[in-house]
Amino acid sequence: MKAAVIVFPGSNCDRDMAVGLWASGADVTMVWHKEAALPTGVDLVAIPGGFSFGDYLRCGAIAAQSPVCKAVVAHVERGGYALGVCNGFQVLTETQLLPGALMRNAGLRFLCKTVTLKVATARSAFTQGYAAGAEISIPIAHHDGNYFVDAETLAALRAEDRIAFAYMDNQNGSVGDIAGVLSANRRVLGMMPHPERAVDTGHGGTDGKRLFAGMIRQFAAA
Amino acid sequence: MKARVQVMLKSGVLDPQGEAVKRVLGTLGFDGVRGVRQGKVIELDLDGDDRAKAEKDVTAMCEKLLANRVIESYNIEIA
Repeated sequence: MKAAVIVFPGSNCDRDMAVGLWASGADVTMVWHKEAALPTGVDLVAIPGGFSFGDYLRCGAIAAQSPVCKAVVAHVERGGYALGVCNGFQVLTETQLLPGALMRNAGLRFLCKTVTLKVATARSAFTQGYAAGAEISIPIAHHDGNYFVDAETLAALRAEDRIAFAYMDNQNGSVGDIAGVLSANRRVLGMMPHPERAVDTGHGGTDGKRLFAGMIRQFAAA
Repeated sequence: MKARVQVMLKSGVLDPQGEAVKRVLGTLGFDGVRGVRQGKVIELDLDGDDRAKAEKDVTAMCEKLLANRVIESYNIEIA
């Protein structure tokens, strides 16, 4: 699998993301935000966590207008895969590749801890390595992870089985306890928790590993 | 000419920052504050003096960048 990790000024989980992908067997290229095109043959675009452009205006809003994001949108429109983690999730909502928006945490505090997630669906390349309903431990580290969609969109997400991960103990106020959400074609995943921070025993847990392994399997089979 | 854009969370979207400000106002002894909503103001300095064009352009800016229409509403004043 060929993966591209997008790097914005202020990205700070780009190398962790690259290591997570590389450790699972992906061929990883880092792509600077000013690039107008992705490397040829990219299967998966990964948008990492951080504080792109200092979170100015709204988290992810400036990054979503960058040249590389136009290429990411085109990649997704061609049926390509994309994973956005934390700030990457915010960027994916700002580009409207995923529905909803991420607002300030309901408790107003920056949350930095390992949380328990429920794998809400195994029906996606990203989550196929987990059993539906499985509980996994993944770190969160965010100030603006309070996911919001209107009631109608929430009902549609539920009906279409597009909620990938849900918080067992929702501390940021996200509607429907949503921690991660899939696009309609199930090829774009945005999530606030950091699977790339749970891929090595040195991290304190390896529950994120199966997400990357699932992606690798998807392209090995193709 | 100048444009002033006010961006607010839509009514119905919980504003935790506004709630926190309201709580603190209460502890400072300011009774009777029924609600606080916090938003932002963006001031633009624009070329030209065509009011209609400015209104149209700033509306496009709001839709494209300045506001996130999933959670925010905006109001434009041209002066």
